[in-house]
Amino acid sequence: MGNTIELDKDMLLELAGKLSSSLQADDEDGVIDAMAKISGLHESNLFNELGKLTREFHDALNTFRYDDRIATLAEDDIPDAKERLSYVIEKTDNAAHKTLTAVENTIPLCENQCERLNVINDKWGRFTKREMTPKEFRQLSRDLEVFFPDAVKEMDEIKNYVTEVLMAQDFQDLTGQIIKRVITLVDEVEKSLVNLVKLGGGMLSVNESEKGKGSQPGELAGPQIPGMETEDVVASQDDVDELLSSLGF
Amino acid sequence: MDKNMKILIVDDFSTMRRIIKNLLRDLGYNNTQESDDGANALPILQKGSFDFLVTDWNMPGMTGIELLKAVRSDPSISSLPVLMVTAEQKKEQIVEAAQAGVNGYIVKPFTATTLKEKIDKIFERLEGGK
Repeated sequence: MGNTIELDKDMLLELAGKLSSSLQADDEDGVIDAMAKISGLHESNLFNELGKLTREFHDALNTFRYDDRIATLAEDDIPDAKERLSYVIEKTDNAAHKTLTAVENTIPLCENQCERLNVINDKWGRFTKREMTPKEFRQLSRDLEVFFPDAVKEMDEIKNYVTEVLMAQDFQDLTGQIIKRVITLVDEVEKSLVNLVKLGGGMLSVNESEKGKGSQPGELAGPQIPGMETEDVVASQDDVDELLSSLGF
Repeated sequence: MDKNMKILIVDDFSTMRRIIKNLLRDLGYNNTQESDDGANALPILQKGSFDFLVTDWNMPGMTGIELLKAVRSDPSISSLPVLMVTAEQKKEQIVEAAQAGVNGYIVKPFTATTLKEKIDKIFERLEGGK
């Protein structure tokens, strides 16, 4: 600001004249009065400038305050995003553990099957080459009688574990949706910060369209986060069934 | 219930489509097709003679509820049974789906048992209604 303190030239000349004449007339009171007026003139200009600055600062603060979106972002959305992301960690962690447990349970079953099949395969080979005594063959058939139902049971167990691994992948759908939402939020925070920087830089115009952008009608709520449920939301499949049956389903 | 019935699975996440496809196969339904959005699913439904639709709600192009409404308003496919499998748990949304004519509503995450129960119930009801 180059024109900060612009003294009134005419007024100053007049006061300077008074000061000069009072000095020459040895009028002490006149000198003090003129000097006080000169410094007063300077001060009132300073006060004007200070007033202008205060007004600008006040306006800037108000613009910032009226931008509800920034407040909502800081107070609600960011803590909300933190909880959502913690839920992502929890879901992915659970899925990884569930998968590992199922795999760890499956491997010994596979190894056991493989081992027993190898033994039977060898014996069967000796039988087909007629290298087996009748006594040994009777033992082999008894072994097979035990092995077959065992194999069916273990194969069924393996299939169940594999289904568990399959089901553990359902986290990706939910976490993907949550992460997409957080990305949208980060994008908004970035835009708000840019506006803040503009304000700080003295550019007081804030993009009007960014103001007061809350939850819009028709916007989908997405997956519920445990501990963050709201009242208008069902807690389980049972609640869904109950609600639907109340509607005649 | 006809195990050979033709089923379309609509979800924007491929993992969820795979899960549903595998669960359906486990239940004996092998005749399934997939689509990643309502907008892509609608022409598939209009072209092929599908017997059952399993759809997500929240999808980028055309949502599941829009797909449901489009199905109900197209006379050639309006009687298609529709099961919604979704993370949307707001009561007003469930009511909206019911009013739009959904046949079943499952919230994610769900179990294989829930899927079986809902499918059985839908077809029991349809057969009973005949």
